Amino acid sequence: MFTDFFLKLRDAKVPVTLKEHLTLIEGLKAGVCDWSVESFYYLSRATLVKDEAHLDKFDRVFGEVFKGIESLSPEALLAAIPEEWLKKLTERFLTEEEKRQIQSLGGWEKLMETLRERLAEQKGRHQGGSKWIGTAGTSPFGAYGYNPEGIRIGQDQNRNNRAVKVWDKREFRNFDDKVELGTRNIKVALRKLRRFAREGAASELDLPDTIRSTAHNAGWLDVKMVPERHNAVKVLLFLDVGGSMDEHIKVCEELFSAVKSEFKHLEYFYFHNCPYEAMWKDNRRRWSEKTPTLQILRTYGPDYRAVFVGDATMSPYEIVQPGGSVEHFNEEAGQVWLQRVTEHFRRLIWLNPVEERRWNWTQSVKMIERLVGQRMFPLTLDGLDRGIRALSR
Amino acid sequence: MLFTGTKSYVATPDLMTAVNAAIALKRPLLVKGEPGTGKTVLAREVAASLGRPLIEWHVKSTTKAQHGLYEYDAVARLRDGQLGDERVRDIRNYISRGKLWEVFAAEETCVLLIDEIDKADIEFPNDLLLELDRMEFHVYETRETVKAKNRPIVFITSNNEKELPDAFLRRCFFHYIRFPDKETMERIIDVHFPDIKKALVREALTVFYELREVPGLKKKPSTSELLDWLKLLMVEDLPPDALKAKDAKSLIPPLHGALLKNEQDVHLFERLAFLARRESRGD
Ligand SMILES: Nc1ncnc2c1ncn2[C@@H]1O[C@H](COP(=O)(O)OP(=O)(O)OP(=O)(O)O)[C@@H](O)[C@H]1O
Ligand SMILES: [Mg+2]
Repeated sequence: MFTDFFLKLRDAKVPVTLKEHLTLIEGLKAGVCDWSVESFYYLSRATLVKDEAHLDKFDRVFGEVFKGIESLSPEALLAAIPEEWLKKLTERFLTEEEKRQIQSLGGWEKLMETLRERLAEQKGRHQGGSKWIGTAGTSPFGAYGYNPEGIRIGQDQNRNNRAVKVWDKREFRNFDDKVELGTRNIKVALRKLRRFAREGAASELDLPDTIRSTAHNAGWLDVKMVPERHNAVKVLLFLDVGGSMDEHIKVCEELFSAVKSEFKHLEYFYFHNCPYEAMWKDNRRRWSEKTPTLQILRTYGPDYRAVFVGDATMSPYEIVQPGGSVEHFNEEAGQVWLQRVTEHFRRLIWLNPVEERRWNWTQSVKMIERLVGQRMFPLTLDGLDRGIRALSR
Repeated sequence: MLFTGTKSYVATPDLMTAVNAAIALKRPLLVKGEPGTGKTVLAREVAASLGRPLIEWHVKSTTKAQHGLYEYDAVARLRDGQLGDERVRDIRNYISRGKLWEVFAAEETCVLLIDEIDKADIEFPNDLLLELDRMEFHVYETRETVKAKNRPIVFITSNNEKELPDAFLRRCFFHYIRFPDKETMERIIDVHFPDIKKALVREALTVFYELREVPGLKKKPSTSELLDWLKLLMVEDLPPDALKAKDAKSLIPPLHGALLKNEQDVHLFERLAFLARRESRGD
């Protein structure tokens, strides 16, 4: 069951590694949890999840894997619990004398066997458990202080019910980075962008100034430091306006503007659906003041990182046909222009506010995705993350 | 000894488990959470409850991993050399110990707090991997290896400004302090102000949680702000009813300053409809 849990977590894209799995077992052995499912949940969560964005996935998997535990047979339950854990559990409550007693009973194997029988018995009786409690001195388990709570993983209704709630509450749903960008997670997004803009600032020796001021000091050393050059990230934003996506576009625009000071340059242009021969900077004057796309390519060098934001949802004609645009007559097809842009800007991504799983349903999305070399990412924290990574390469 | 919270600190069961795991296995515990959720004080409280010395290392944007180990002041040595100072012969005169060295050298197990690790350069956590793993480091200048006499209990806090490297994360336990629910918050208030009037707490919490729900606030008030505010209310001896004001304007004075710290948020709040909701609920 442990391995199953581990694998299911990986399937759900919770990035757990063997190291963490081993740490969990180590934690169990060290007696960190008090043998209730709830405390096992907390321990495994603290061990296996390292980012609040994965907590919700973890909760779901935990609920799924350990849901059936109430109905499991004691054998299965015992099989599920590493023997080491049980040993440790016993050890924790054992005195030296009692340990010797165990030896005389036939050692650990014998103990495990008895334990298995007891569990089976306990299950058979409706009022299970009484045999464990208050039998100190008569039953080896009672005598050894075997914590009945512990053995009853998943059998004690009360405890379990209370515990189940913890992960079923799904309190971390909002932290999942697959949800779209909004006011809640915009801060996190900002931080990601800042990091992208900065990527390390430090100080270094200013050799010329050190020599100058040391000389000025009549030879007594006077070290001068300067801050390392600030990262010079230049960004060009292309925003699709005038459609159902305006709200998302606004979020994105605000997002980048908020970190504007962090970039060396940040410029943006608007387009509608697909880039053509011209774009504009001011939406109110979009018909009168256009900037030819060729001019944009001349003005902004390939060192700029291009970020398109749009839903890429349109009629395929708007991409492949000269004259396919819905608003004006374009001499050359949208794809020709998009190709020019992607050839010019080596580092380019397309952020799409549409949910990623729906991309396959729209032909034009697939076409655009292909045109930008598969560098289309959803407008979620996770998508932004992947996008930024693609831009940094 | 298990950590179960202290007289001045409320720990939820999930936090306790994470802390105890970190103590038992002597692995660092990484703590994240909204500002003011008690990340920094946690280390202090654990140290106090275990009766262990606490060593705090507050990280800044310019902090380097090396600063935690030791610093070698070559410039001072150069200067002394030029001045012909005798000290210059012994390199140890120019090596100053960092926090980690202090912790490693301690005769008993210490609690080490590395506060706001995300403030530093992204390389910082990676540069500390080996030291935190093996609890030792090498001093090149003197060719000695400093080994921890006792493996410390390490707490690391982060405000999420930067992501931490995977290799670093794999070595830590992790806990995200969720913003306290009402019940937990009542307990937190209780440890800070055992004598506070229950009626005042009830009214204050209602206002507080509704305020946090206000969309578009630049800065949501946190636990520490709530505590400051309650202290003010107690000092001013405001009756609980004062918090039931019917319009936002008259609620502003008791709120302003402690809870809403910027002008924009105050304006936003004034325009709010939530009081109308309170009114229509008829309480
Ligand atoms: N669980 C708690 N029990 C008692 N007091 C608490 C608790 N959580 C927070 N506080 C109080 O809230 C205040 C803020 O705590 P602290 O400075 O540790 O927050 P923080 O998470 O480190 O914030 P920041 O991210 O701003 O550094 C402290 O005065 C502390 O006493
Ligand atoms: Mg803090």
